[in-house]
Amino acid sequence: MFSEIINSVPFLLLLTLGAYIFGVWVRTRSHIAMLNPMLIAIPIIIAVLLVFDIEPSHYIESNRLITFMLGPCVVALGLTLYDHRVMIVRNLAAIATAVVVGSVVGVVSVVLMCRWLNLDALFEVSMAAKSVTLPIALDISQPLGGNAAITAVSVAVCGLFGGIVGPSLLRLLGIRNPVAVGAAMGSASHGIGTARAIEEGAVQGAVSGLCMGLMGVATAVVAPLLMQWLAR
Amino acid sequence: MKVIHGFCIIMAFYALGEALSILIGHFVPGSVLGMVLLFAALCLRWVSPESIREVAHFLTSNMILLFIPTFMGIIDTWGLISVSWLGWLAVVLLTTVAVMAATGYSVEFVELMRRMMGRKGDIDC
Repeated sequence: MFSEIINSVPFLLLLTLGAYIFGVWVRTRSHIAMLNPMLIAIPIIIAVLLVFDIEPSHYIESNRLITFMLGPCVVALGLTLYDHRVMIVRNLAAIATAVVVGSVVGVVSVVLMCRWLNLDALFEVSMAAKSVTLPIALDISQPLGGNAAITAVSVAVCGLFGGIVGPSLLRLLGIRNPVAVGAAMGSASHGIGTARAIEEGAVQGAVSGLCMGLMGVATAVVAPLLMQWLAR
Repeated sequence: MKVIHGFCIIMAFYALGEALSILIGHFVPGSVLGMVLLFAALCLRWVSPESIREVAHFLTSNMILLFIPTFMGIIDTWGLISVSWLGWLAVVLLTTVAVMAATGYSVEFVELMRRMMGRKGDIDC
């Protein structure tokens, strides 16, 4: 009976919402911008799932309502783009250059580093598109023979990492131009980077959302070609 | 009613994007195409920005929440990755830094070139 309650959809939805609200609360109280709400919410949810023996796949399935909203959310970024259309058109050359460079660096760096560390070739193809938004990343890695689960987790960790350290790292590198910050966040860390870029400012958020989409398209074109060229 | 109306417009563009995605063989996901189509419709004044602003703001300002459930897949995948988790993590983190630096510096570089050529390169903030 207890397990039935704890495995019910409302309970599992509440777990996600509660952990997120707690994460936001901790971040606001602590005044540490680096403390991404995800970083607090994820360990809480993992702990609850393990303690009460809830199947992760059942949890994910029960939370489809939340996950589904990612689609409309990406569509809604169209309004953010519209609000900043003048700025985007003026910086189109810079944004396009960044996306082309980013997609090539993304694939080549993964392949070279995997070989340098002697990782299995499966990691190489599964991670080649890890800087890209999840649905595109899966569509790129599957035909190359990648493993969908490794791709998904790599994409998520890449996003989370960029979302947490991105703004501080960019400041450290001396990259302060809001367009450059937005382009870097969206190109390297897709949607999670964009979510963080929106918090940095409206310009950063708009450029990040645009770069997330463009990076997906550019990587889809570039990855199969580069993988073929880099094949051993 | 305004919220439902706004959500309906966003969903309509999502559906349109999805249909287009299927037509081009899933080369680009429907949500990204929906974003581009919505942007185009706003520019052409087919949709008024105010009709969707409330819903769009609600969705985009809580974007991080929407990623949380998917992330739990890591529990199931861990067995596969754990054999060389340190190398895997190093690749993910360092290459993310590489992409971030490469894209950030690309924008700064193009901006610098433009300023050197004497054109105004400022942005609207």
